[in-house]
Order: sequence, then C-alpha cells, then structure tokens
Amino acid sequence: MKACGTVFKYGDNIDTDVIIPARYLNSSDPKELAKHCMEDAIHSTVNFVDNVKDGDIMVAEKNFGCGSSREHAPIAIKASGISCVIAKTFARIFYRNAINIGLPILECDEAADDIDMGDKVEVDFDTGLITNHTKGKTYQAEAFPEFMQEMFAAGGLIEQTKVKLGLK
Amino acid sequence: MGMTMTQKILAAAAGLECVKAGQLIEAKLNLVLGNDVTTPVAINEFNKIGIDKVFDKEKITIVPDHFTPNKDIKSAEHCKMVREFARDKEIKNYFEVGQMGIEHCLIPEKGLAVPGDVIIGADSHTCTYGALGAFSTGVGSTDMAVGMARGVAWFKVPSAIKFVLKNKPAKWISGKDIILHIIGEIGVDGALYKSMEFAGDGLQYLTMDDRFTIANMAIEAGGKNGIFPVDEKTLEYVKEHSVKPYKVYEADDDAEYDQVIEIDLSKLEPTVSYPHLPENTKTVAEAEGLKVDQVVIGSCTNGRFSDLKIAAEILKGHKIDPSIRCIILPGTQSIYLQCIKEGLAEIFVEAGCAFSTPTCGPCLGGHMGILAKGERALSTTNRNFVGRMGHPESEVYLCSPAVAAASAIYGKITNPENV
Repeated sequence: MKACGTVFKYGDNIDTDVIIPARYLNSSDPKELAKHCMEDAIHSTVNFVDNVKDGDIMVAEKNFGCGSSREHAPIAIKASGISCVIAKTFARIFYRNAINIGLPILECDEAADDIDMGDKVEVDFDTGLITNHTKGKTYQAEAFPEFMQEMFAAGGLIEQTKVKLGLK
Repeated sequence: MGMTMTQKILAAAAGLECVKAGQLIEAKLNLVLGNDVTTPVAINEFNKIGIDKVFDKEKITIVPDHFTPNKDIKSAEHCKMVREFARDKEIKNYFEVGQMGIEHCLIPEKGLAVPGDVIIGADSHTCTYGALGAFSTGVGSTDMAVGMARGVAWFKVPSAIKFVLKNKPAKWISGKDIILHIIGEIGVDGALYKSMEFAGDGLQYLTMDDRFTIANMAIEAGGKNGIFPVDEKTLEYVKEHSVKPYKVYEADDDAEYDQVIEIDLSKLEPTVSYPHLPENTKTVAEAEGLKVDQVVIGSCTNGRFSDLKIAAEILKGHKIDPSIRCIILPGTQSIYLQCIKEGLAEIFVEAGCAFSTPTCGPCLGGHMGILAKGERALSTTNRNFVGRMGHPESEVYLCSPAVAAASAIYGKITNPENV
C-alpha cells in the first residue's frame, strides 16, 4: 500500500486540543470533526481545512497528538483525507488510537527534520520507505511490528475483534 | 532480570510468568471506563462488532462528566445515547447527573479501583488510579469498545523511570507542585511510552490526594502510567472505600529502569506552569504579580476535599479581587456535601466565588468558565495548551489550590506564604 500527497508540516508537541478543539467534541460525526481539524494551529502559515486534499500527508516533529485521549483527533485527521502522519514520536494514546482506527502513522526522525510544508511526498507502508519528490530524497522509517501489521491488514481493531469472537 | 511494579501487574493480567519492556501482550481488564465525550464514539464501535452483551456489566463504569449538566443540545444527545446504552446493557456503575462526579475523583471514592487492578479508560487522566497501586492508563474509544466487548486490551509492556522522592516537603508544597516540578524537569514527552514509578522516603509525607494528583498528571509527561507502591495509607483508603478484592504488587529489587531520578521534596517551591505546555514551569516567586482574569479550582487533578479545604483556609475572611472571577468546582457530590457540612461552601460564596456542581467544565474549555480572547486564567487543572479553556488567544497557567486561592484574593499570581 502506498500514499502520495502534499505535506502539511507542524512542529513539536501538537496536542489533541489543537488537532480538534474540545468545543467541537459535542459531535462525533467524522465529517463534522474534519471541518475543524487543526483549527487552533494558530501559528501555522497554511490553513489546513481550506487546503487539504484527499491523500495529503501530515508531518510533525516530536510528541504528536499529546494530551487528551479523544479518538476524535485521529478521526478528524483521517476524515480530512490525510493518508498518513509522519512524526519523530507520537504521544502514546494517539499512537494506539491511530492504529486502532486504521490511520497509518510512521516514526522517522530524518523525514520529520527534512520535509517542509508543501513538499510532495510518497510513502510505501510495506517497506517504510518515504520518498520526498520535491527534494529528491528518501528516508527509511521503521516498519510496524507484526502484531500491528496484522491489525492494519484486518482493517483495524474492531474488525480484528470480530475475527477473534468468531463473528467474521 | 526483575520486573517493575507495572510489569508485574501486566504479566499477571496476561497470564504470563514474566514480561519484558517492548513485549506486546493482551491483558485482562478489571475495569473499563468512559465519559460523555468518548463513550458515544465507543458505542458506535461496539455496535459494529455485532454482539449484544458487554463482557461484564459490573466491570464497566460510565460517568457523564465533561459537558454535564448538558451544556447544549448536541451534548444532551450524546448523554442520552450514553444513558440509553448504559440502561440497555445494564451497566451497573453508570452515574447520572446528581450522583456523578469528575470520573477520576469519583471512581476511587466509590471503591471501583483497587491495588493490582488493570484499568483502561477512554480518558487520558485514567492514569490517576496508579496512586492506589493499580495499572491504569488512558486509551481511546475503540479500545473502550473492545474492552467492553471482550474484557481485554493490547499493551506494549512499558519500560520505566523511577522517581525517588526524598525528604519532607515544606508547608505549601502539594502533590501538584511535585508533579509540575517533575514535568518541568523531564518535559512533556520525558516519560513517553513509559511507566513513572514513584518510590522513596518522601512518600510517607504524601496524602492519598497528593498521590492522586501526581499519578493524574503522569500523562502530561507522556507517561503510560504513574504508579505508587501500596503502603498503610493506601490500604487505609481502600478499606474505607472498597469491598473489592485487591492484590499488592511490588517492584523486584533487581527491576531495570531506564532512568532513576531523585527529587528532594524539601527543596521544592510552589510551582506554576506557563502557557502553552505544562513543562514551562517557574517558581511562584518568579511568577508573582502576574495579573489574571479568572481563577479555577477543581478538576480531576485538584477537585478533592483536601484541595478545596486548603483553598478555603486561605480564602476564609477574604474577598476575591473584584476584577476577577473565581470558579470552584468540587470533584464529586460527596465532596460537595462535605464542603457544605464543614462550612467551606459558605467561605467560598462569602469570598465571592462561584461554587457549583461537579463537572470537568472549564478544564477542557467545555463550559462553566470559558475564556475570551486575550484573557488569562490561573487554574488547578492539568493542561495549558493553546485554546484549552476557550479562545485560542487566551492563556492558562497551572498551579496548586493554595497558589490559586491566594492569587484569587489579589487578582494576580501570589505566593500563599504572603496571604
């Protein structure tokens, strides 16, 4: 599986209140949440919601998704059309939420340092290879452990649970 | 190689002799928790699985505490959905408005978390129950859904940082100052994916409420969980609140830690976290004089009786500065009642504070104290991210209940020593 798109680049410690502010958590509708995704990223030079297109890629530095456990955060990102999030590190609840709902995420220091806002980037999930077409460079992310690859292959934690319960 | 306290609890819950850091396991759960924001998403996911019954209706707790009493129509719809699910699935521990409190104050008080438990909650501050010697961690709604269906969760076994707390803290130093200091030292990702295991002779000076506050904010250092050894104070608390069976685990003597950090509690000063990260800590002496527009005392971090008691002791006989609002929210109905019976409610109202029913409310910018553009709050809550309490251009400073109460009197950040 591959993803290819334009990059929205962010810095360190992007918290879930920035990804989806609590004032919108009175909805659990992915489309509604997507309308407000990254709304409080007030220091960003590019408006996310107005510019994001299906398949685009989000890149950030360390501790992406810190703070609240709200699954609304990866849901909003996924429903915005983002195909993959690359960061140096992810906050742990965001990490497991993304895996559980099938939002591909990759940890890669080099890619996070080198990729800029607006770069055209391609990601190969099978190999963990990240290609930056704008800069003509490649970066190698670590592949997911087998356990998580199985969950992705099953279509997320719910689908995997159905299999475990003999419902599928 | 020995195991940490967390690793021993997880090994037992996974039915394994031993586990190692990095190992992926499936563990049995003693409690699955959700609130009015996260449970609706979990219900949708649960319904996709295609089963009718939850794994154990005694082991699920749902507390509508974030946007309750319902702040708007959409929130009311969410709460209705959660209420109907709880009724339909006969969830024993569903707490309606009027009985509910802020989940992480309520659950220990109701005796639903005990030493040795493995607990997941679709709320990041679920790590609070580590104060009781349980493994307890925040997860998302899909994990909650699968937890409700199967009574299990997947975990990557964490490595640990050991915090050795030494000596006796000074008068105004609370659990909040200790954890803010720690986060200031190691950063908001200083314990990323790891356990924060607390130890040392300084523990004897920490009340259970101090420990709840410290464990509560483990997530603000990126921690998977924060955990305290079980001592006489823990057992006394458990005896008073719970009839559940419990098991005491201890870290092995040869347990491996990524890092051991010593904290001399006697040297700590009241601490304030500046926007927009909890790691931006300064001492109250450095922060003194900074004008604020609103003071909030409460939340799952500092809404317990001892928190409100110290605030009342400081506010007694004073009026808050007329240029500010001070909002005080007790953590549970039982704390609320105790505040009324012991005269705290009168002190708060006489001082000019708003004092009302338990809710997470302003902490996450939900309701009951939202900030306008350019406003500044001093708060005993746990996060000071951009827009956390309202407008994206407002500010939140974090502190202890003592600093918050002293500052409310003067309308600016004040050392409680100087009241």
